[in-house]
Amino acid sequence: MTVAGVMRQYQVVGRKAATDDHPNPEAYRMIIFAPNAVIAKSKFWYYLHQFRKMKKTTGEILDCVELTEKNSRTVKNYGIWLRYSSRSGTHNMYREFRDVKLTGAVSQLYDEMAGRHRCRPRSIQIIRTATVGAKDLKRNNGMQFAKAGVKFPLPHRVSSAKRGQRALSDSTYSTVRPTTFFG
Amino acid sequence: MPFTRYAEVGRVVLVNYGPESGKIATIVDIVDQNKCLIDGPQDITGVVRQVIPFSRIALTDLTVKIQRNARAKTLKAAWAEADTLNKWEATSWAKKLAAKKKRASLSDFDRFKVMVAKKQKSAIIAKKMEELAA
Repeated sequence: MTVAGVMRQYQVVGRKAATDDHPNPEAYRMIIFAPNAVIAKSKFWYYLHQFRKMKKTTGEILDCVELTEKNSRTVKNYGIWLRYSSRSGTHNMYREFRDVKLTGAVSQLYDEMAGRHRCRPRSIQIIRTATVGAKDLKRNNGMQFAKAGVKFPLPHRVSSAKRGQRALSDSTYSTVRPTTFFG
Repeated sequence: MPFTRYAEVGRVVLVNYGPESGKIATIVDIVDQNKCLIDGPQDITGVVRQVIPFSRIALTDLTVKIQRNARAKTLKAAWAEADTLNKWEATSWAKKLAAKKKRASLSDFDRFKVMVAKKQKSAIIAKKMEELAA
């Protein structure tokens, strides 16, 4: 699937179509991360026909609702268990991210997997996500920012010329070299 | 030169880029090495609680004593106790920003008044120089 921008979290509920012998088949609920509801429903059938004997043509989706973050005003540590296929095989992985929303952490996950492992979104399956307390973190990067009293300077501040902030200044020429030290 | 301005909980920052540019806010929590959670407090500076990358903010010398993730109410009280807004307005940084803003918003008549005042100032200086040269 194409992952454009931020991922959203959906709760999709579906079941096999009701027949005369089984008028009330069991309903299955999945939490799916997808950019929109259409892809979410499609992913639902992708997973469900792997786990159970049902598919889109013989089933029906009862509900697809977007889940929003309960509290997006605090930074949380998210642990994500995933399964991805690389060029030589498929592996399990556990990654941690710090973010304000779970969907933000999942978006970070997809970007990082693409960057570090050249792994496309279609090869990633999210098994489980959880909010992790600061003392249960296992990866160094999150641990150092979850610590109390964390502070660091911002060294070598380069203003991005693409932004056009300082690059397109009033004067084309300058007699002073730019500075990157701002305390 | 050692570093004196740190990105930390309680650091007052100036937003450089984006819809809130030109306003000051406080770092309430740090997300990771690239972004932090800032809050105005909204009632004082108008900056809503949001995640912002460090590339969009500039650290100032002022800090406020707050705990990580301080609520808006606690933040406001800490700002009032430290008198941060007045301290910021008194810095030459803030004064320069205000002067730039004023200069950009002058009307033609205001610019005329500035021109007349500059002429008067340079007349006084020239007269004094003449006296000193003699």
